Amino acid sequence: MAATAPSATTETDLIERVRSGASELFYSLIAPYQRAVFTAALSVCGNEADAEEVAQEAFLKAYSKLDQFRGECKFSTWLVQIAVNEARMRRRKDRKALYESVDEGYRDESGDYFPRDFADWREIPSEALEQKQLKDALACAIASLKPMYREVFILRDVQGMNIRETADVLGLNEPLVRTRLLRARLQMRDALAPGYDGSWVGGSASYKKVRPF
Amino acid sequence: MAVIEISCVDVWREISNYVDNDLDPVLRERIAEHLKACEHCSAIVDGTRNVVRLVGDGKTFDLPNGFSDRLKQRLEKDGLR
Repeated sequence: MAATAPSATTETDLIERVRSGASELFYSLIAPYQRAVFTAALSVCGNEADAEEVAQEAFLKAYSKLDQFRGECKFSTWLVQIAVNEARMRRRKDRKALYESVDEGYRDESGDYFPRDFADWREIPSEALEQKQLKDALACAIASLKPMYREVFILRDVQGMNIRETADVLGLNEPLVRTRLLRARLQMRDALAPGYDGSWVGGSASYKKVRPF
Repeated sequence: MAVIEISCVDVWREISNYVDNDLDPVLRERIAEHLKACEHCSAIVDGTRNVVRLVGDGKTFDLPNGFSDRLKQRLEKDGLR
């Protein structure tokens, strides 16, 4: 994300120019953040089609609210925040339509984590890193996380936000972000570590081992 | 000074912070000592580190094909005037 972002001056300059009416520059302004915004939307929505629509809405909203960006956080964080809010609004609407509880998937699991085995996973086969199979396995494991864990995991570990930024974007306190991150990472390890069909002691979430190698 | 021993469950509670190197030095040292002696916890820590490394390259999720084009169209149609 940071690697492709324009330098701060260029970005500030672009923002100013779009505000002053050069709307054709908006696409250049947001181009480096398409993946970040899409991924943030995906973390809440859980499927690509909804995430794409949410991302589009988020960019439109960002354009209309650009005057409100004060530079208190990074522009990318501001965009991601808008995407998360859009996605949550949509989820609320969808849930209402289905008469489902909005809280579903948002109950924190109490008690400690117990791994069911201790498979040794010291090596990452480096040639596997580029493989589509591995990518699919990761995506599948992430999709198997409950939304509350998935959101934290994606913002923190996939997008590389720090704990504070993650907490701000999701409207959570830092200790809660840490707790959920711990659960998410351990559950990811369970899903991906070798020789083990994962399960989450004391929780209702079930998932299959997806490690391809 | 001898390091006070801690249990596996105590270690698991802090694994995430340990992997991020975001712990007070005393607790960090206790965990490091525990890991030297405990193969099981070492395996969990290694695996957790691998998870963070694997997804940390930012390439886990690709944009769907045509995403940028559709976004551009949408912005032109509904937003940028």
